[in-house]
Amino acid sequence: MGVLARVFESAGLGTVGLSLVRRQAKNIKAPRFLHCEFPLGRPLGRPGDAAFQTDVLRRAFALLDRSDVPVLEDHPEVIEDEADDAATCTLPPRLDPNAHPAVDEAAGLRPAYNRQLAAADGRTAVGRVVGADGIGDLVRRFVTLAESADLDAAGFDADTVRAAGQDLRAYYEEAGLALADHVPAARQLETWFYRHTRTGEVVRAASAALEAAGVDRNVWYYLLPGNQQG
Amino acid sequence: MTGAGEHYGAGMSADGSIRDRVGDIPVPEFTSTPATTAPPLSQARVAIVTTAGLRASGDVQLWQPTDGSFTVLPGDARDVQLSHFSPNFDRTGFAADLNVVYPLDRLAEMAASGEIGSVAPRHLSFMGAQFDATFSTMLLDSGPAAAKLLRDDGVDVVLLTPV
Repeated sequence: MGVLARVFESAGLGTVGLSLVRRQAKNIKAPRFLHCEFPLGRPLGRPGDAAFQTDVLRRAFALLDRSDVPVLEDHPEVIEDEADDAATCTLPPRLDPNAHPAVDEAAGLRPAYNRQLAAADGRTAVGRVVGADGIGDLVRRFVTLAESADLDAAGFDADTVRAAGQDLRAYYEEAGLALADHVPAARQLETWFYRHTRTGEVVRAASAALEAAGVDRNVWYYLLPGNQQG
Repeated sequence: MTGAGEHYGAGMSADGSIRDRVGDIPVPEFTSTPATTAPPLSQARVAIVTTAGLRASGDVQLWQPTDGSFTVLPGDARDVQLSHFSPNFDRTGFAADLNVVYPLDRLAEMAASGEIGSVAPRHLSFMGAQFDATFSTMLLDSGPAAAKLLRDDGVDVVLLTPV
């Protein structure tokens, strides 16, 4: 991002940037950065808090008056992720005793996913490989992957398996937003998905199986966040 | 390269571990910092350029590592998605409120109140967390092309947001 700031300033555009990794912002000598020690993925700090977000922007825009570049100021507030404290979301009861528990669980979460979809005016990150209707089959393919460590057997290649992992995460996290009935702190729903759901367990097992089978690191490592592996 | 979990020990948050790991990744060395004097904010046209790997119009295809290009986000498009290849950051804040990464509503409010002059008709997204070769692409190719597009739209000030 600092590289772009430099290019834009050279082209006659004033820039202000929000930084999430302070040392990077410092090292690249970007013209005007406001460092925000906020969760990665939330550079304006608090979802749903317009006043807080506007305050962040005002502090950033105030740096435009500075000519003593490079300028790197710090937002006074620190917000940390809460990955160690999983969100509490009630999981659905078994619907189909003949289905794999993870597949059954995903089906049971569909009403919650649909509620969030409506609340977000149709905006969803599900759909990279399959839409919501295909999630059950995708879970089944990850079960195959966890059991076989064979991308071909599960119908994936190196690119689609990573995108499929993001579909599963998005489906569960978006359903979790509806179940939690508020926006949990950063990474709380992530930990709920990977550590407290059957499908999260399957994704972790698939990544571990690929690693154990000697599959290229870039395939298994990016299936889920690094802190959720193992 | 490191294996899974090696940097996620006790005593450090998940984000703290990542910051610790990526804080000093090599970046191009610069001896000076360019600076432009922008018009007063109340008269400036503002665009968002994010490195979140956003895509618009329901396109959710993942951005690929080493892709230094950018995508254009129409100013009225709200169906934008985080299509960053990395799983290593929170996604739920953006799922709940796009403004936490891409503050369209906040800029509209600031324009309505006169704090900023106007909001650009188009915004741009690159994908950050990139590798060395992509720095060159952004410095010499896609970055200047993005700057031209923004200047053609009458933009004075760029707000850069990461994930």
